[in-house]
Amino acid sequence: MTPEMLSLSNSPGLFVGIMLVKILVVFGVTMLIVAYATWCERKVIGHMQTRLGPMRTGWHGLLQPIADGIKLFFKEDLVPSESTKVPFLLAPMMILVPALITVAVIPFGPDLSVGGFLIPQQITDLNVGVLYILAFAGLGIYGIVLAGWASNSKYSLLGGVRASAQMISYELAAGVSIIAVFMLAETLSLREIVALQQQDLWGICSFVPNWYIFTQPLAFCLFIVTGLAEINRTPFDMPEAESELVSGFCTEYSSMKYALFFMAEYANMIVIAAIAATLFLGGWSAPLNIGIFTMIPGFVWLLLKIFSMMFFFMWLRATFPRVRYDQLMRMGWKVLLPLALANVVITGLVVVIVQ
Amino acid sequence: MFKEFAKGLSITFKHLLPGNSTTVQYPTVKLKPSDRFRGLHRLVPSQDREKCVACYLCPTVCPAKCITVESAENEKGEKYPKVYTIDMLRCIFCGYCVEACPVEAIEMTGAYELANYKREDFQFTKERLLK
Repeated sequence: MTPEMLSLSNSPGLFVGIMLVKILVVFGVTMLIVAYATWCERKVIGHMQTRLGPMRTGWHGLLQPIADGIKLFFKEDLVPSESTKVPFLLAPMMILVPALITVAVIPFGPDLSVGGFLIPQQITDLNVGVLYILAFAGLGIYGIVLAGWASNSKYSLLGGVRASAQMISYELAAGVSIIAVFMLAETLSLREIVALQQQDLWGICSFVPNWYIFTQPLAFCLFIVTGLAEINRTPFDMPEAESELVSGFCTEYSSMKYALFFMAEYANMIVIAAIAATLFLGGWSAPLNIGIFTMIPGFVWLLLKIFSMMFFFMWLRATFPRVRYDQLMRMGWKVLLPLALANVVITGLVVVIVQ
Repeated sequence: MFKEFAKGLSITFKHLLPGNSTTVQYPTVKLKPSDRFRGLHRLVPSQDREKCVACYLCPTVCPAKCITVESAENEKGEKYPKVYTIDMLRCIFCGYCVEACPVEAIEMTGAYELANYKREDFQFTKERLLK
Protein backbone atom coordinates (compact mmCIF):
# COMPACT_ATOMS: atom_id res chain seq x y z
CA MET A 1 0.00 0.00 0.00
CA THR A 2 1.42 3.38 -0.91
CA PRO A 3 1.10 5.79 2.00
CA GLU A 4 -1.53 8.48 1.47
CA MET A 5 -1.39 12.10 2.53
CA LEU A 6 -2.65 12.57 6.08
CA SER A 7 -5.79 14.70 6.03
CA LEU A 8 -8.78 15.58 8.17
CA SER A 9 -10.93 13.00 6.34
CA ASN A 10 -8.81 9.85 6.72
CA SER A 11 -7.63 10.26 10.32
CA PRO A 12 -9.05 13.31 12.10
CA GLY A 13 -7.54 12.64 15.53
CA LEU A 14 -4.00 12.09 14.28
CA PHE A 15 -4.32 15.02 11.89
CA VAL A 16 -5.32 17.51 14.59
CA GLY A 17 -2.65 16.17 16.94
CA ILE A 18 0.12 16.41 14.37
CA MET A 19 -1.11 19.84 13.31
CA LEU A 20 -0.93 21.13 16.88
CA VAL A 21 2.56 19.70 17.33
CA LYS A 22 3.72 21.28 14.08
CA ILE A 23 2.23 24.67 14.97
CA LEU A 24 3.77 24.61 18.45
CA VAL A 25 7.18 23.58 17.17
CA VAL A 26 7.24 26.16 14.37
CA PHE A 27 5.95 28.91 16.68
CA GLY A 28 8.43 27.96 19.38
CA VAL A 29 11.38 27.88 17.01
CA THR A 30 10.35 31.19 15.47
CA MET A 31 10.08 32.88 18.86
CA LEU A 32 13.42 31.42 19.88
CA ILE A 33 15.04 32.75 16.74
CA VAL A 34 13.38 36.13 17.35
CA ALA A 35 14.79 36.27 20.87
CA TYR A 36 18.28 35.26 19.89
CA ALA A 37 18.24 37.35 16.72
CA THR A 38 18.23 40.41 18.97
CA TRP A 39 21.29 39.10 20.79
CA CYS A 40 23.00 38.16 17.52
CA GLU A 41 22.25 41.53 16.00
CA ARG A 42 23.69 43.39 18.96
CA LYS A 43 26.75 41.15 18.93
CA VAL A 44 27.35 41.31 15.17
CA ILE A 45 26.78 45.05 14.91
CA GLY A 46 28.85 45.60 18.01
CA HIS A 47 31.83 43.73 16.63
CA MET A 48 31.45 45.39 13.25
CA GLN A 49 31.70 48.75 15.01
CA THR A 50 34.74 47.41 16.96
CA ARG A 51 32.72 47.12 20.15
CA LEU A 52 31.85 43.93 22.01
CA GLY A 53 28.08 44.12 22.34
CA PRO A 54 26.41 42.66 25.44
CA MET A 55 28.98 40.96 27.68
CA ARG A 56 27.68 41.11 31.25
CA THR A 57 24.52 39.00 31.32
CA GLY A 58 25.68 35.42 31.20
CA TRP A 59 28.54 34.15 29.10
CA HIS A 60 29.15 36.81 26.43
CA GLY A 61 25.72 38.24 27.16
CA LEU A 62 23.83 35.10 26.23
CA LEU A 63 21.08 35.82 28.75
CA GLN A 64 20.53 39.32 27.35
CA PRO A 65 17.27 38.52 25.49
CA ILE A 66 15.80 37.10 28.71
CA ALA A 67 16.94 40.13 30.70
CA ASP A 68 15.46 42.43 28.04
CA GLY A 69 12.21 40.51 28.09
CA ILE A 70 11.91 40.69 31.87
CA LYS A 71 12.75 44.38 31.85
CA LEU A 72 10.16 45.21 29.19
CA PHE A 73 7.59 43.03 30.90
CA PHE A 74 7.88 44.86 34.20
CA LYS A 75 7.91 48.35 32.74
CA GLU A 76 4.95 50.63 33.25
CA ASP A 77 2.46 50.20 30.43
CA LEU A 78 1.60 53.76 29.48
CA VAL A 79 -1.33 54.66 27.26
CA PRO A 80 -1.20 58.36 26.33
CA SER A 81 -4.38 60.11 27.49
CA GLU A 82 -4.81 61.83 24.11
CA SER A 83 -4.50 58.59 22.14
CA THR A 84 -7.34 56.67 20.53
CA LYS A 85 -7.44 53.74 22.90
CA VAL A 86 -8.71 50.75 20.93
CA PRO A 87 -6.50 51.14 17.84
CA PHE A 88 -3.60 52.00 20.13
CA LEU A 89 -3.96 48.66 21.90
CA LEU A 90 -4.74 46.78 18.71
CA ALA A 91 -1.84 48.06 16.60
CA PRO A 92 1.05 46.04 18.12
CA MET A 93 -0.93 42.83 17.71
CA MET A 94 -1.84 43.75 14.16
CA ILE A 95 1.84 43.96 13.33
CA LEU A 96 2.98 40.80 15.09
CA VAL A 97 0.22 38.44 14.01
CA PRO A 98 0.69 38.76 10.21
CA ALA A 99 4.42 38.42 10.73
CA LEU A 100 4.05 35.15 12.64
CA ILE A 101 1.19 33.74 10.58
CA THR A 102 3.22 33.87 7.37
CA VAL A 103 5.58 31.18 8.65
CA ALA A 104 2.71 28.67 8.28
CA VAL A 105 3.30 28.08 4.58
CA ILE A 106 7.08 27.68 4.69
CA PRO A 107 8.00 24.02 4.05
CA PHE A 108 10.83 22.78 6.22
CA GLY A 109 11.45 19.24 5.04
CA PRO A 110 10.34 16.34 2.86
CA ASP A 111 7.18 14.36 3.63
CA LEU A 112 7.50 12.00 6.59
CA SER A 113 5.96 8.55 6.41
CA VAL A 114 4.36 7.70 9.79
CA GLY A 115 1.95 4.80 10.31
CA GLY A 116 0.99 4.50 6.67
CA PHE A 117 0.42 8.20 6.24
CA LEU A 118 2.50 10.89 4.57
CA ILE A 119 2.94 13.90 6.79
CA PRO A 120 4.18 17.05 5.07
CA GLN A 121 6.78 19.03 7.02
CA GLN A 122 4.89 22.26 6.57
CA ILE A 123 2.00 23.60 8.63
CA THR A 124 -0.23 23.97 5.62
CA ASP A 125 0.36 23.69 1.90
CA LEU A 126 -1.77 26.36 0.26
CA ASN A 127 -1.99 26.20 -3.49
CA VAL A 128 -1.79 30.02 -3.41
CA GLY A 129 1.01 30.04 -0.85
CA VAL A 130 2.87 33.04 -2.19
CA LEU A 131 -0.28 35.11 -2.60
CA TYR A 132 -1.02 34.36 1.05
CA ILE A 133 2.42 35.61 2.03
CA LEU A 134 2.07 38.78 -0.01
CA ALA A 135 -1.41 39.38 1.40
CA PHE A 136 -0.22 39.11 4.98
CA ALA A 137 2.84 41.21 4.28
CA GLY A 138 0.40 43.84 3.08
CA LEU A 139 -1.71 43.51 6.24
CA GLY A 140 1.32 44.31 8.36
CA ILE A 141 1.10 47.93 7.20
CA TYR A 142 -2.20 48.44 8.99
CA GLY A 143 -0.55 47.88 12.34
CA ILE A 144 2.11 50.50 11.69
CA VAL A 145 -0.30 53.07 10.28
CA LEU A 146 -2.75 52.50 13.13
CA ALA A 147 0.04 52.74 15.69
CA GLY A 148 1.16 56.02 14.18
CA TRP A 149 -2.30 57.47 13.94
CA ALA A 150 -3.68 56.26 17.27
CA SER A 151 -0.71 57.60 19.24
CA ASN A 152 -1.80 61.17 18.47
CA SER A 153 1.78 62.38 18.26
CA LYS A 154 3.34 64.05 15.25
CA TYR A 155 6.42 61.83 15.16
CA SER A 156 4.31 58.70 15.31
CA LEU A 157 1.98 59.97 12.62
CA LEU A 158 4.91 60.87 10.36
CA GLY A 159 6.35 57.41 10.92
CA GLY A 160 3.05 55.77 10.07
CA VAL A 161 2.57 57.87 6.93
CA ARG A 162 6.09 57.15 5.78
CA ALA A 163 5.63 53.44 6.44
CA SER A 164 2.45 53.24 4.39
CA ALA A 165 3.92 55.08 1.41
CA GLN A 166 7.12 53.07 1.55
CA MET A 167 5.45 49.69 1.92
CA ILE A 168 2.95 50.29 -0.83
CA SER A 169 5.60 51.34 -3.32
CA TYR A 170 7.99 48.54 -2.45
CA GLU A 171 5.40 45.81 -2.21
CA LEU A 172 4.70 46.38 -5.88
CA ALA A 173 8.29 45.79 -6.90
CA ALA A 174 8.58 42.82 -4.53
CA GLY A 175 5.47 41.21 -6.00
CA VAL A 176 6.55 41.80 -9.57
CA SER A 177 10.05 40.49 -8.90
CA ILE A 178 8.79 37.11 -7.69
CA ILE A 179 6.36 36.79 -10.60
CA ALA A 180 9.41 35.76 -12.63
CA VAL A 181 9.80 32.76 -10.31
CA PHE A 182 6.21 31.68 -10.86
CA MET A 183 6.65 31.93 -14.61
CA LEU A 184 9.40 29.32 -14.30
CA ALA A 185 7.69 27.19 -11.67
CA GLU A 186 4.15 27.50 -13.03
CA THR A 187 2.80 27.07 -9.51
CA LEU A 188 2.17 29.22 -6.44
CA SER A 189 2.51 26.37 -3.94
CA LEU A 190 5.74 26.72 -1.98
CA ARG A 191 5.97 22.93 -1.60
CA GLU A 192 6.04 22.41 -5.33
CA ILE A 193 8.41 25.34 -5.88
CA VAL A 194 10.88 23.67 -3.51
CA ALA A 195 10.39 20.30 -5.22
CA LEU A 196 11.10 21.88 -8.62
CA GLN A 197 14.29 23.42 -7.27
CA GLN A 198 15.66 20.00 -6.35
CA GLN A 199 15.96 18.96 -9.99
CA ASP A 200 19.21 19.19 -11.93
CA LEU A 201 20.40 22.66 -12.84
CA TRP A 202 18.86 23.51 -16.24
CA GLY A 203 18.51 19.75 -16.78
CA ILE A 204 22.22 19.32 -17.51
CA CYS A 205 24.33 19.76 -14.37
CA SER A 206 23.47 16.76 -12.20
CA PHE A 207 25.06 17.70 -8.88
CA VAL A 208 23.97 21.35 -8.67
CA PRO A 209 20.28 21.82 -7.85
CA ASN A 210 18.05 23.98 -10.01
CA TRP A 211 17.79 26.88 -7.57
CA TYR A 212 15.99 29.86 -9.00
CA ILE A 213 18.78 32.17 -7.88
CA PHE A 214 20.85 30.78 -10.76
CA THR A 215 18.17 31.51 -13.35
CA GLN A 216 16.79 34.64 -11.69
CA PRO A 217 19.70 36.46 -10.01
CA LEU A 218 18.17 39.87 -10.72
CA ALA A 219 14.83 38.88 -9.25
CA PHE A 220 16.64 37.61 -6.15
CA CYS A 221 18.50 40.90 -5.65
CA LEU A 222 15.33 42.90 -6.24
CA PHE A 223 13.42 40.76 -3.78
CA ILE A 224 16.07 41.20 -1.09
CA VAL A 225 16.15 44.98 -1.52
CA THR A 226 12.39 45.39 -1.66
CA GLY A 227 11.95 42.89 1.16
CA LEU A 228 14.27 44.95 3.36
CA ALA A 229 12.26 48.04 2.50
CA GLU A 230 9.00 46.28 3.23
CA ILE A 231 10.00 45.15 6.70
CA ASN A 232 11.51 48.58 7.44
CA ARG A 233 15.02 47.35 8.03
CA THR A 234 18.02 49.59 7.60
CA PRO A 235 18.93 51.11 5.19
CA PHE A 236 15.22 51.65 4.64
CA ASP A 237 14.10 52.16 8.25
CA MET A 238 12.39 55.45 7.46
CA PRO A 239 9.30 54.83 9.62
CA GLU A 240 11.29 54.58 12.83
CA ALA A 241 14.34 56.67 11.90
CA GLU A 242 15.64 57.49 15.39
CA SER A 243 17.63 60.50 14.29
CA GLU A 244 14.68 62.28 12.71
CA LEU A 245 11.46 60.82 14.13
CA VAL A 246 12.52 59.86 17.69
CA SER A 247 11.44 56.30 16.97
CA GLY A 248 8.59 56.82 14.55
CA PHE A 249 5.40 54.88 15.01
CA CYS A 250 6.49 53.28 18.29
CA THR A 251 7.47 56.54 20.02
CA GLU A 252 4.48 56.48 22.37
CA TYR A 253 4.65 52.77 23.16
CA SER A 254 6.20 51.22 26.24
CA SER A 255 6.45 47.92 28.07
CA MET A 256 5.11 44.77 26.39
CA LYS A 257 3.50 46.69 23.52
CA TYR A 258 6.86 48.04 22.54
CA ALA A 259 8.29 44.54 22.86
CA LEU A 260 5.63 43.35 20.39
CA PHE A 261 6.87 45.87 17.80
CA PHE A 262 10.37 44.65 18.40
CA MET A 263 9.37 41.01 18.05
CA ALA A 264 7.43 41.83 14.90
CA GLU A 265 10.49 43.44 13.35
CA TYR A 266 12.57 40.32 13.88
CA ALA A 267 9.75 37.96 12.97
CA ASN A 268 9.40 39.90 9.72
CA MET A 269 13.10 39.51 9.15
CA ILE A 270 12.79 35.74 9.61
CA VAL A 271 9.82 35.66 7.24
CA ILE A 272 11.60 37.58 4.48
CA ALA A 273 14.66 35.37 4.91
CA ALA A 274 12.51 32.24 4.82
CA ILE A 275 10.62 33.36 1.71
CA ALA A 276 13.83 34.30 -0.08
CA ALA A 277 15.32 30.93 0.91
CA THR A 278 12.24 29.05 -0.27
CA LEU A 279 11.71 30.87 -3.55
CA PHE A 280 15.31 31.34 -4.66
CA LEU A 281 17.62 29.16 -2.55
CA GLY A 282 15.85 25.82 -2.77
CA GLY A 283 14.04 25.93 0.58
CA TRP A 284 15.02 22.93 2.69
CA SER A 285 16.94 21.17 -0.12
CA ALA A 286 20.68 20.65 0.08
CA PRO A 287 22.99 23.00 -1.83
CA LEU A 288 24.64 20.10 -3.70
CA ASN A 289 23.03 16.84 -4.77
CA ILE A 290 25.72 14.78 -3.01
CA GLY A 291 24.98 11.89 -0.64
CA ILE A 292 26.34 13.45 2.57
CA PHE A 293 24.51 16.71 1.99
CA THR A 294 21.16 15.11 1.25
CA MET A 295 21.42 12.99 4.40
CA ILE A 296 21.29 16.11 6.62
CA PRO A 297 17.64 16.78 7.52
CA GLY A 298 15.84 19.51 5.59
CA PHE A 299 15.14 21.89 8.44
CA VAL A 300 18.87 22.23 9.10
CA TRP A 301 19.42 23.52 5.57
CA LEU A 302 16.42 25.83 5.80
CA LEU A 303 17.61 27.25 9.14
CA LEU A 304 21.12 27.64 7.76
CA LYS A 305 19.78 29.58 4.81
CA ILE A 306 17.57 31.73 7.03
CA PHE A 307 20.44 32.46 9.41
CA SER A 308 22.83 33.42 6.65
CA MET A 309 20.23 35.75 5.14
CA MET A 310 19.61 37.31 8.55
CA PHE A 311 23.33 37.71 9.08
CA PHE A 312 23.45 39.49 5.76
CA PHE A 313 20.66 41.84 6.87
CA MET A 314 22.54 42.64 10.08
CA TRP A 315 25.69 43.17 8.09
CA LEU A 316 23.87 45.66 5.86
CA ARG A 317 22.57 47.45 8.93
CA ALA A 318 26.06 47.81 10.34
CA THR A 319 27.41 49.11 7.04
CA PHE A 320 25.00 51.41 5.23
CA PRO A 321 23.48 54.71 6.30
CA ARG A 322 19.76 55.30 5.98
CA VAL A 323 18.63 56.52 2.57
CA ARG A 324 16.79 59.83 2.34
CA TYR A 325 13.05 59.69 1.84
CA ASP A 326 13.03 61.10 -1.71
CA GLN A 327 15.89 58.76 -2.66
CA LEU A 328 13.87 55.88 -1.31
CA MET A 329 10.82 56.79 -3.37
CA ARG A 330 12.82 57.48 -6.51
CA MET A 331 14.62 54.17 -6.18
CA GLY A 332 11.39 52.27 -5.62
CA TRP A 333 9.45 53.71 -8.53
CA LYS A 334 12.15 54.60 -11.04
CA VAL A 335 14.71 51.83 -10.58
CA LEU A 336 13.35 48.76 -8.84
CA LEU A 337 9.88 48.61 -10.39
CA PRO A 338 11.08 49.07 -14.01
CA LEU A 339 13.84 46.52 -13.40
CA ALA A 340 11.34 44.03 -12.02
CA LEU A 341 8.99 44.61 -14.95
CA ALA A 342 11.83 44.21 -17.45
CA ASN A 343 12.84 41.01 -15.70
CA VAL A 344 9.32 39.65 -16.08
CA VAL A 345 9.21 40.56 -19.78
CA ILE A 346 12.59 38.96 -20.51
CA THR A 347 11.73 35.84 -18.50
CA GLY A 348 8.47 35.57 -20.42
CA LEU A 349 10.27 35.85 -23.75
CA VAL A 350 12.82 33.21 -22.80
CA VAL A 351 10.15 30.86 -21.48
CA VAL A 352 8.18 31.19 -24.74
CA ILE A 353 11.26 30.63 -26.90
CA VAL A 354 12.51 27.61 -24.94
CA GLN A 355 9.15 25.84 -24.92
CA MET B 1 28.17 52.20 -7.00
CA PHE B 2 28.31 48.45 -6.38
CA LYS B 3 32.08 48.65 -5.92
CA GLU B 4 31.55 51.10 -3.05
CA PHE B 5 28.89 48.86 -1.53
CA ALA B 6 31.29 45.93 -1.58
CA LYS B 7 34.05 48.07 -0.13
CA GLY B 8 31.85 49.16 2.77
CA LEU B 9 30.71 45.61 3.43
CA SER B 10 34.27 44.33 3.39
CA ILE B 11 35.35 46.94 5.95
CA THR B 12 32.61 46.01 8.39
CA PHE B 13 33.34 42.33 7.84
CA LYS B 14 37.01 42.88 8.63
CA HIS B 15 35.98 44.48 11.91
CA LEU B 16 33.86 41.44 12.71
CA LEU B 17 36.89 39.14 12.67
CA PRO B 18 38.19 38.42 16.18
CA GLY B 19 40.78 40.75 17.69
CA ASN B 20 39.40 43.97 16.22
CA SER B 21 37.50 45.16 19.26
CA THR B 22 38.70 48.30 20.98
CA THR B 23 36.47 47.89 24.03
CA VAL B 24 38.12 47.62 27.46
CA GLN B 25 36.01 45.57 29.87
CA TYR B 26 36.22 48.37 32.43
CA PRO B 27 35.61 47.14 35.93
CA THR B 28 37.63 43.96 35.34
CA VAL B 29 40.28 45.47 33.07
CA LYS B 30 41.57 48.95 33.79
CA LEU B 31 43.68 51.13 31.58
CA LYS B 32 46.64 52.81 33.24
CA PRO B 33 46.13 56.59 33.11
CA SER B 34 48.91 58.65 31.60
CA ASP B 35 51.57 60.17 33.87
CA ARG B 36 50.11 63.62 33.30
CA PHE B 37 46.58 62.47 34.22
CA ARG B 38 44.87 64.89 36.60
CA GLY B 39 43.11 62.73 39.16
CA LEU B 40 42.77 62.88 42.92
CA HIS B 41 45.18 65.29 44.69
CA ARG B 42 47.89 64.17 47.03
CA LEU B 43 49.77 66.25 49.60
CA VAL B 44 53.44 65.34 49.42
CA PRO B 45 54.98 64.42 52.77
CA SER B 46 58.55 65.23 53.79
CA GLN B 47 60.38 63.51 56.71
CA ASP B 48 58.14 64.35 59.63
CA ARG B 49 55.38 66.58 58.20
CA GLU B 50 53.74 67.63 54.96
CA LYS B 51 55.77 69.77 52.59
CA CYS B 52 53.03 72.41 52.49
CA VAL B 53 53.96 75.75 54.08
CA ALA B 54 50.40 77.17 54.05
CA CYS B 55 51.20 80.04 51.71
CA TYR B 56 47.57 80.30 50.44
CA LEU B 57 48.63 80.34 46.76
CA CYS B 58 46.50 77.30 45.91
CA PRO B 59 43.18 78.56 47.34
CA THR B 60 43.91 81.89 45.64
CA VAL B 61 44.48 80.42 42.21
CA CYS B 62 41.73 77.79 42.47
CA PRO B 63 38.99 78.78 40.01
CA ALA B 64 36.41 76.57 41.72
CA LYS B 65 37.30 77.83 45.21
CA CYS B 66 37.33 74.30 46.55
CA ILE B 67 40.49 74.44 48.71
CA THR B 68 40.28 75.51 52.35
CA VAL B 69 43.56 76.24 54.15
CA GLU B 70 44.11 77.44 57.69
CA SER B 71 47.70 78.12 58.63
CA ALA B 72 49.35 77.75 62.01
CA GLU B 73 52.83 77.70 63.47
CA ASN B 74 54.40 74.64 65.01
CA GLU B 75 56.83 74.53 67.93
CA LYS B 76 59.88 75.05 65.62
CA GLY B 77 58.24 78.25 64.35
CA GLU B 78 57.46 76.82 60.90
CA LYS B 79 54.21 77.63 59.10
CA TYR B 80 52.09 74.58 58.41
CA PRO B 81 48.47 74.01 57.34
CA LYS B 82 46.35 73.22 60.37
CA VAL B 83 43.44 72.55 58.03
CA TYR B 84 43.80 71.58 54.42
CA THR B 85 40.55 70.42 52.81
CA ILE B 86 39.64 69.93 49.16
CA ASP B 87 35.94 69.71 48.31
CA MET B 88 36.01 67.10 45.54
CA LEU B 89 32.46 67.96 44.53
CA ARG B 90 33.54 71.46 43.51
CA CYS B 91 37.01 70.60 42.17
CA ILE B 92 37.31 70.77 38.39
CA PHE B 93 40.69 68.99 38.24
CA CYS B 94 42.37 71.89 36.41
CA GLY B 95 45.69 71.36 38.14
CA TYR B 96 46.29 75.07 38.82
CA CYS B 97 47.00 74.33 42.48
CA VAL B 98 49.84 72.07 41.44
CA GLU B 99 51.21 74.76 39.12
CA ALA B 100 50.89 77.49 41.74
CA CYS B 101 52.58 75.61 44.57
CA PRO B 102 56.07 77.05 45.20
CA VAL B 103 57.30 74.05 47.20
CA GLU B 104 55.75 71.23 45.13
CA ALA B 105 53.72 70.15 48.12
CA ILE B 106 50.64 69.12 46.12
CA GLU B 107 50.45 66.82 43.13
CA MET B 108 47.78 64.95 41.20
CA THR B 109 47.59 61.18 41.09
CA GLY B 110 45.99 58.78 38.64
CA ALA B 111 43.09 57.88 40.95
CA TYR B 112 39.84 58.56 39.15
CA GLU B 113 37.28 56.32 40.85
CA LEU B 114 35.98 58.95 43.25
CA ALA B 115 32.29 58.09 43.42
CA ASN B 116 30.79 57.95 46.90
CA TYR B 117 27.49 57.88 48.75
CA LYS B 118 27.59 60.85 51.14
CA ARG B 119 28.47 64.49 50.58
CA GLU B 120 30.80 64.41 53.59
CA ASP B 121 32.82 61.67 51.93
CA PHE B 122 33.88 64.09 49.23
CA GLN B 123 35.57 66.41 51.74
CA PHE B 124 39.18 65.31 51.44
CA THR B 125 40.94 66.34 54.64
CA LYS B 126 44.69 66.69 55.16
CA GLU B 127 44.94 63.16 56.53
CA ARG B 128 43.22 61.66 53.54
CA LEU B 129 45.24 63.75 51.08
CA LEU B 130 48.53 62.75 52.70
CA LYS B 131 47.92 59.04 52.04
